[in-house]
Amino acid sequence: MATTTHTHPNYMGIFWVLLVLTVVEVGLTFLGLPKMLLGSLLVILAVWKAALVAMYFMHLKFERRTLAMIAIVPFILCLFLILMLLPDLRPA
Amino acid sequence: MSEAAAAHPGVEPAESPLTPDSWGKLGMWNFLAGDAMSFGGLIVGYGILRYSSSSWPPPSEVLGINLTALMTLLLIISSVTMVLALAAVQSGDKPRFKKFMAFTILGGALFLGCQAYEWTHLIHETLPHYKLSFSSHLFATTFFVLTGFHGLHVTGGVIYNTVVLTLVSKGRWGANHVEIAGLYWHFVDLVWILIFTFVYLL
Repeated sequence: MATTTHTHPNYMGIFWVLLVLTVVEVGLTFLGLPKMLLGSLLVILAVWKAALVAMYFMHLKFERRTLAMIAIVPFILCLFLILMLLPDLRPA
Repeated sequence: MSEAAAAHPGVEPAESPLTPDSWGKLGMWNFLAGDAMSFGGLIVGYGILRYSSSSWPPPSEVLGINLTALMTLLLIISSVTMVLALAAVQSGDKPRFKKFMAFTILGGALFLGCQAYEWTHLIHETLPHYKLSFSSHLFATTFFVLTGFHGLHVTGGVIYNTVVLTLVSKGRWGANHVEIAGLYWHFVDLVWILIFTFVYLL
């Protein structure tokens, strides 16, 4: 069948990247960076890690487009959720 | 289907039609999209409550991140053993599948053990020290609701993976079921990566 040529992605390689990113995340919190900078860096790293898990472990990168469309919906809805709640936000 | 194909002999379908293999995956992805909204709602709610609270103790100080970093590592490792188990069962290597699937289940169980230890420690020592409790401060409320909801998912995943290990070993289920269970398990890992950042590190 057509699937015989399908090779698995380099799972161990992804694991090492995830491990290094986690160590970097934890390390960053000890550096005493400005709050905004630290927050942005941590969010970027977390999204990066989550994307790696979805792309390679959940095979989204190699799947038909339909599944990726399903996966992206909750993120768009969460973005709306945040935007809709912003006008009500009052820092205490 | 065959009639339609006969009516348009030159037209190839843009995507292959649903097969018994792919509709299980489609179902799991639909479930995960809904589940992601549950977690999304909880995490966004957490962010908004935290932003509008007058006092919020520094999480890294109260919660500590050493144990949680270890828990993150456990889930990442069990995600890797899950994909290795899938690769093994796809190439027909049952003993290798059983070994890696058992490691995956063990990783999930160890994670739950760490969380049980963490919660006990927080409830009996750390939170009283900071004069926080589930009913007195949103810090504790949001923490227990978020990590508890995730912990329930891990519990479900450990049970699910155990069922998959048993039935695939007996030969009643195939590689397709391992792939679908894998989707759920990696999702639980993915959510923890986000919780680790938003609840513990930030």
